[in-house]
Amino acid sequence: MEDTHYIVALVEDRPGVMQRVSGLLRKRNFNIDSISVGETEIPGISRITMTVRGDRVTLEQVMKQLNKLIEVVKVSELNPRESVIRELALIKVSVKNEAARAEVVQYANIFRGRIVDVAKQSMVVEITGDEDKIRAFIELMRSYGIKEIARTGKTIMARGAKSVKLRE
Amino acid sequence: MRMKGAEAIVKALEREGVEVIFGIPGGASIPLYDELYDANIRHILTRHEQGAAHAADGYARVQGKAGVCSATSGPGATNLTTGIATAYMDSSPVVAFTGQVATPFIGKDAFQETDVIGITMPITKHNFQIRSVAEIPEVIKRAFHIAQTGRPGPVLIDLPKDMQEGEAEVEFPDKVEIVGYKPTYEGHPRQIKAAAKAILEAERPVILAGGGVIISGASPELMELAELIMAPVVTTLMGKGSFPESHPLALGVLGMHGRKAANYAVTDADLLIAIGTRFSDRSTGMVSCFAPEAKIIHIDIDPAEIGKNVRADIPVVGDAKRVLRQLLRVLREMMRQAKTKAWVEKVQRWKKEFNPRMDYDDIPLKPHRVIKEIMDFLGEEDIVTTEVGQCQMWAHHYLGRTKPRTFISSGGLGTMGFGFPAAMGAKVARPEAKVIDIAGDGSFLMNIQELATVVENNINVVVAVFDNRYLGMVRQWQELFYDRRYSAVNLGSSPDFVKVAEAFGALGLRVEKPGEIRDALSEAFDAGKPAVIDFIIDRECNIFPMVPPGRCLKDIIE
Repeated sequence: MEDTHYIVALVEDRPGVMQRVSGLLRKRNFNIDSISVGETEIPGISRITMTVRGDRVTLEQVMKQLNKLIEVVKVSELNPRESVIRELALIKVSVKNEAARAEVVQYANIFRGRIVDVAKQSMVVEITGDEDKIRAFIELMRSYGIKEIARTGKTIMARGAKSVKLRE
Repeated sequence: MRMKGAEAIVKALEREGVEVIFGIPGGASIPLYDELYDANIRHILTRHEQGAAHAADGYARVQGKAGVCSATSGPGATNLTTGIATAYMDSSPVVAFTGQVATPFIGKDAFQETDVIGITMPITKHNFQIRSVAEIPEVIKRAFHIAQTGRPGPVLIDLPKDMQEGEAEVEFPDKVEIVGYKPTYEGHPRQIKAAAKAILEAERPVILAGGGVIISGASPELMELAELIMAPVVTTLMGKGSFPESHPLALGVLGMHGRKAANYAVTDADLLIAIGTRFSDRSTGMVSCFAPEAKIIHIDIDPAEIGKNVRADIPVVGDAKRVLRQLLRVLREMMRQAKTKAWVEKVQRWKKEFNPRMDYDDIPLKPHRVIKEIMDFLGEEDIVTTEVGQCQMWAHHYLGRTKPRTFISSGGLGTMGFGFPAAMGAKVARPEAKVIDIAGDGSFLMNIQELATVVENNINVVVAVFDNRYLGMVRQWQELFYDRRYSAVNLGSSPDFVKVAEAFGALGLRVEKPGEIRDALSEAFDAGKPAVIDFIIDRECNIFPMVPPGRCLKDIIE
């Protein structure tokens, strides 16, 4: 059964490591919806979050192949039901008049977004959340006219005591 | 110690026990070659970088330790890539060095700059670009460690010119710790027990031995297992030689051009014990009807191979030799009378019934006859390399081997032009052995320039050209599956291989009659120089038996 799987990889922070990971995913013909990367609590170790579509066999292959990369230190699958999944989006919206401006501010508040830039003809809203929330907000903004969207890709963390560590 | 980068490279290589480097210098590697001038390492100047990579690979496969090759930046580096990809597909430990433009020029499209790190990422086990002179010893130590341990594979080190020339304080580590690299060698005891239990219950077991058996040196354990549980043994192309094909339990190679008895046995087996194999499509035929009745025990050091191509009922991750030892310890205690008598008799009847004929007297020569004479001429420890195509499959099917590391062939990538430079590397690794390349005329031409290398360096290998003036395997497929429309496969009459050999300073012989084969082999091996024998074979002789692509192993045409 095709499913979306959340994979977290801890990698050595060296030049080319993202290329190794993304190149591997491409060469093995795996479907990736999103990929994001950032620093971790451990110096020299970065964390890559990937969402992969496929059945269990595909997922297992992705994880095993990632593990074979020398600079990949740890690979885990996280259960989305027991995790926090977040993404940040910056959305530049047209605001042609004061009414539109007020409405966008109002929607941003409802979605717990923040207005991070205001110009004469546009505003930039920063919104954080899961995929559904961001999609819903973007849909609302369409009627005002979206000039630009920048999204970070999803990142994920297990709730509670469980965590992705170098050694378990 | 304070020293230049190039000196640190050479010192590190000496500490790794490197005896020989195959390579070609160029602008971006002159500082390294300046150091090699005084070094206690033999350098063999090949005539094309592809030859250097294959030679290092051939050396590695025969020697069981890393083979080293070297090229300059840009075109030198790109010329290595086919050889690196070949080594990668067949899990061969090659360490490749490439020159690179000096650090300040990287990314500027400088003369002879290429992104060899990017290019070789998907075809190396790992690669490195030197970023500081001080890190050179550590990186080289890591490279050799990665190349030679776990599932072996090629590692490339890119050497910017300023890193070769610059000086720094360096220290040479005795070992390295790589946090993300910890191969599993021992099999999990629970899996070993499960495997033993399945073996004890089996009535129709078959052992499938792959290249991993050879890499881990597990041939003695394989023999003990086969004889203890009385199971027939089939091998893949890469596993050829892991089990003596003369043994009563040996059924020979399986696959698209495998022995009929081997393909039948796998199809009828109730237990398949697969050791060190990745279940290549050329070995399995259509996966859905591969070993359809068998429970599958899959022993492999690479966890990613488990379940990749073929389902595994009992996976065991570990080194073939160690896992077999663990398994034997359990089995020796539990084994009573093997229940396989009727099965072994059955497969041996197949073996007898389907034993291929080789003693043809035809003119032009039948390849089978040439293979038979070569096989009879060689000793057990002598080495056969092959090119790729019909010549390779004739050798694979007909040329029996009994010892590991004596059959060297490009299995995964299927690289035409591999066999001759690989033979050169093999001969350098084992000068006392006879080394012969089973070649086609198409393949031989792809690295024929290495004749100059073997002549200049007295590397006396013999090339047996199975000369049919066709790209024979493609022609065979066109004959069988494309209505005999022979598109772009006719190689015509050029060159004259005898004259080419002579022009390079090698011995050239032409053989057209069966009665001349043996004398020609004697003359070639006694020539005191490299030799090329041009065997004029039946132009449209096919390699049979054959499992057509996408069919089951038992659907054999012949």
